[in-house]
Amino acid sequence: MNRHPLSAFLLAAVLATAAAADIPRTADGTPDLSGYYDVATLTPVDRPQIFGDNAFLTVEQAKEIEERAARAMAEGSADQPPDRGAPPVGGDGSPGAAGNVGGYDSFWIDNGERNFEIDGKFRTSIVYDPPNGRRPAMTPAAQERAKARRSFWRENTGTAWWLENDGPGPYDDVELRPLAERCLLGFSSTGGPPMMPALYNNHKRIVQTPDHIMILTEMVHDARIVRMNADHAPGEVRRWLGDSVGHWEGDTLVVDTTNFNDTPALGLATRDLHVVERFKRLDEETLLYSFTVEDPNVWEAPWSGEYPWPATDEPVYEYACHEGNYSLGNILRGARRLEAEALAAGAE
Amino acid sequence: MGSAGRGLACALIAGVASWGGVADDEGYVAPRGPGGVHPDLNGIWQALNEANYDIERHMARPSMGLRDGPHGPVPDLKTLYIGAVASVPPSLGVVEGGKIPYTPEALAKRDENRAHWAERDPEVKCFLPGVPRATYMPQPFQIIQGENALEIVYQWAGANRNIYSEDPGPAPVDSWMGQSVASWYGDTLALTVTGLNEMTWFDRAGNHHSNQMKVVERYTPTGPNHLHYEATIEDPETFTEPWKISMPLYRRMEQNAMLLDFKCVAFVEELMYGEWRRNPLPR
Repeated sequence: MNRHPLSAFLLAAVLATAAAADIPRTADGTPDLSGYYDVATLTPVDRPQIFGDNAFLTVEQAKEIEERAARAMAEGSADQPPDRGAPPVGGDGSPGAAGNVGGYDSFWIDNGERNFEIDGKFRTSIVYDPPNGRRPAMTPAAQERAKARRSFWRENTGTAWWLENDGPGPYDDVELRPLAERCLLGFSSTGGPPMMPALYNNHKRIVQTPDHIMILTEMVHDARIVRMNADHAPGEVRRWLGDSVGHWEGDTLVVDTTNFNDTPALGLATRDLHVVERFKRLDEETLLYSFTVEDPNVWEAPWSGEYPWPATDEPVYEYACHEGNYSLGNILRGARRLEAEALAAGAE
Repeated sequence: MGSAGRGLACALIAGVASWGGVADDEGYVAPRGPGGVHPDLNGIWQALNEANYDIERHMARPSMGLRDGPHGPVPDLKTLYIGAVASVPPSLGVVEGGKIPYTPEALAKRDENRAHWAERDPEVKCFLPGVPRATYMPQPFQIIQGENALEIVYQWAGANRNIYSEDPGPAPVDSWMGQSVASWYGDTLALTVTGLNEMTWFDRAGNHHSNQMKVVERYTPTGPNHLHYEATIEDPETFTEPWKISMPLYRRMEQNAMLLDFKCVAFVEELMYGEWRRNPLPR
């Protein structure tokens, strides 16, 4: 609802004199960010070590990465024998998120076919600050938490290996499972903020009004509603995707997000996370999305990244995760089964 | 808006006003929204009625879940311990004519659903509410209406819609919230919703539909802080004829109104997965 016609008028007047580039604008002259975007990219968040301090890929390097990805996609899409049996106990040795019992084949993967370019140059990472393109060092406390989390991950051996350890096992309770497995948030900080590319379901939708800007992330139907020119909610208000307020700086939308709950989408981040995002329309087809992340509980310094959001003519579909979440119950039931087998074996 | 469009909008409003007794102002002309063409539906809205308990006309009941007692129905075991909190408030209903025109088989299924309310109502498991139920869940929702795009975001379960400005053709797959196509008839926003799956309900009273359901929703501003909402429901597998619900929607007037998080998925984990804990809690 626009209850400030005068300020809207003034804004329009200011923008009209700015005579900015030829980009889509709303009737009042504001850059129009609305549309559908596919944020998939082959470029990783952190710069791979092999690129050292090099921020850019050569055209040849970019081509090689894209060809390699295309080959892997083609191989992973090959027909599977329809009469194949279950994988052997402990898995078939294949790597990947499914823990070597076979999970997603390439049909399900949609992580982009291209490295992204900014100003005509291919980047080696989304992170550009620190200049080495990698997230800064973690605080000792965060390193401890990361270590504890890693101890929950182990190659699937088909046994209840956690019974050999003291303390809780990774499958003891539903609350110990990752948020994405529980359908509480998408993985890889897809809903953010900061909103990062993920293995699949990389579509976004933006709908814009003078007072609110909605950013819908397909996985898990998470809609952020950015309140324009507003103050943050009181500190007691905590939210999964934080509380986002926005304003225009020239033609750039600046979104400030605080008030996270204890488990933001960004891995290891805490309730003290603070994210500033910038959305700039480069042309009819592209937004430039950039962000700065601050969380003194986790990183020794703030860090920043950027990548383009190309428009897509594909929509955002419903990602009804919880409604079809057969896996979560099966994971817990499987763990109880393995524990029962271990108990029976010990009794023999 | 052409005079034909306005005439149609007024006819729609008048038709509904005669039924629901809603104090619509037929002369009301809403401020224009972004783009200056259509009325501004932006805002945070909420239904204020008993529809989520039971959209049909009904008197108060002891509980959402009932069993036979020696002298009439009494709360079932699942609801017994929360006493009056589980009871159903009375309502004149939001269904035009009071009753849903079920086929005999569908009516039997509704009654069976009602007898197994806690096990079957998708609301209990925090499943996406579907359309039209999302509209009258007892929590606010927000309409985000840009110049050429529209989205509705519901606080309940963080649900939202897939709303197109142009008809993309049949939905590729059925979904919980369906596929919606927006069109304007004068100052009335119409959303035609198809591609709905059969797993959502209309309320806590077992009222149901098939995946052949088509819903046409109409949102018409009737004052600065009111929308008139109606939904026409067609589903030949379940109903003998199309039928209609209608209700006013109210703007949340709080100066600081905003949608908050209600990710109830986390709240139902104990219900859905608690028995598979390594050390289950008493159930």
